[in-house]
Amino acid sequence: MLEVMNISAYYGDAQALEDVTLSLPAHGVTAFLGPNAAGKSTTLRVVSGLIPAATGTIEFEGRDITGTSPQERVAMGIVHVPEGRRLFNTMTVEDNLILGGYTKRKDRKTAARLDEIYDHFPKLAERRKQEAGLMSGGEQQMCAVGRGMMAGPKVLMIDEMSLGLAPVIVKQMFAIVKGIAATGMSVLLVEQHVKNALEVADFGTIIDGGITRATGTAAELRESDVVRESYLGH
Amino acid sequence: MDYLLQTMVAGLMLGGVYALVAVGLNLIFGVVKIINFAHGELVMAGMYLTWWLWSAWNMNPYVSLVIVTPVMFLAGIAIQKFILSPMQNSSPTMKIFVTLGLSVFLQNLALWMFGGQFRAVNFPWAEQNLSLLGINVTYGRLTAFIVALALVLALFYLMKRTLVGKVLNALVEDRETAGLIGIPVKKYYLAAMGIGISLAGIAGTLIIPFQAAYPLVGAHFTLLAFVVVVLGGLGNMAGSLLGGLILGIVETLAGTYVDPALQQVAVFVVFIIVLIVRPQGIFGGSARNAEVGLK
Ligand SMILES: Nc1ncnc2c1ncn2[C@@H]1O[C@H](COP(=O)(O)OP(=O)(O)O)[C@@H](O)[C@H]1O
Ligand SMILES: [Mg+2]
Repeated sequence: MLEVMNISAYYGDAQALEDVTLSLPAHGVTAFLGPNAAGKSTTLRVVSGLIPAATGTIEFEGRDITGTSPQERVAMGIVHVPEGRRLFNTMTVEDNLILGGYTKRKDRKTAARLDEIYDHFPKLAERRKQEAGLMSGGEQQMCAVGRGMMAGPKVLMIDEMSLGLAPVIVKQMFAIVKGIAATGMSVLLVEQHVKNALEVADFGTIIDGGITRATGTAAELRESDVVRESYLGH
Repeated sequence: MDYLLQTMVAGLMLGGVYALVAVGLNLIFGVVKIINFAHGELVMAGMYLTWWLWSAWNMNPYVSLVIVTPVMFLAGIAIQKFILSPMQNSSPTMKIFVTLGLSVFLQNLALWMFGGQFRAVNFPWAEQNLSLLGINVTYGRLTAFIVALALVLALFYLMKRTLVGKVLNALVEDRETAGLIGIPVKKYYLAAMGIGISLAGIAGTLIIPFQAAYPLVGAHFTLLAFVVVVLGGLGNMAGSLLGGLILGIVETLAGTYVDPALQQVAVFVVFIIVLIVRPQGIFGGSARNAEVGLK
């Protein structure tokens, strides 16, 4: 459904991506893996239109979207939950969620979508009126994912969801994300912890040094020698 | 005692208008991240427009709000679109020079169009006194205060309760993320400029029945608005309201009891004391408030 083909990207003169190819199916969880500074976040920024691709193309549902704006992409259903959560900290949880639904504000289903998110994350329902910046890291991450879901995504890209969270919370979050994907969307999980991520994901792509190194089903990657040696550490 | 109270009430009325000017400046600063040094000249533009409608068309100054408001809203949009937006990626210093340049341009435009003399709207109703509990206040000042306060409160409501307000708050806090979640950021810069500058123009209309226009009158308002914003905390809207009211009183007291020529000096003294004692503003509370603000 989303095809990222041979993209490269730069920050000023510094090349961050050299040759990244990534393919997302219409459903399921895809893990996007690689060590620190591999280019995972940069790839997401290119896919969401925050920075341009210097070369290569991005297709979504068969259409070339390489030149479209971030706003258009959100409206199409490509939603990016950024690294570090980036909530509007002084605003309430509910206001953060409402803003996430900005591109869908005219369909009069805001209340229904809020309910759906509160179903997935009952903690957020309890904290609706709380200032987002005052919550725990796990709750903030739930709010960030919820804000992304408010846009009614077809593709939900979540950058470093587990960063800084306690292992129990990470387990919970993975389970919730799997549940969200099961409602019929494609979730791209960016993670540094290759092993954990490959346990929840259906598919995986590994990137390193701005280049796609391996891609396949999660099971294939778990068994692959290259992946085991370079990224799983055994 | 009565006279003191009367002076303070007169200052309070004026302070409402200062608050209106300052919340606009604060909104523009928070959302567009531009310090608008031409803000006072836009108050001046509202004054001259009202004066012109009154002298050429005999229009009641308060009725002229139906023209001044949309004209100034469009002026704000035009300034953003044709002057500030092309400068979006320039250095902060360049942006300051641009708004300074705009203020000098508007001063000279006023001099060329209206001459250097005072232009007053002599609207007798506005000069009549209303006696409330033994305190006299002119209808002009009272109307200015009530309308300004109503507009400031309407802006608070907009920011707190409406989707437009939530979006503007989001832009104050983190515009990159706002763009990422699908908000058309540039459209809202236009909205913030339109709102902020129409409020400045309205303040001009409200004030001209008791204060004449001249080409340099804007500098006074820019200075006042800056002091109010610093006093109330950068980005803190409620602080701007209180700061405006306080400054109106201080200025009027100084003008009455010390020397009319020292009004501006009094404003500056307040400014410097606040900068030394509480740089985050009297009502800023914490640096964080001042930073993210518009609460
Ligand atoms: N905002 C930025 N400006 C300049 N260089 C950056 C920026 N963000 C990332 N980079 C560089 O781009 C490369 C890829 O980084 P990134 O995409 O953040 O990796 P990952 O998310 O996989 O850790 C790194 O070399 C990093 O230093
Ligand atoms: Mg990253």
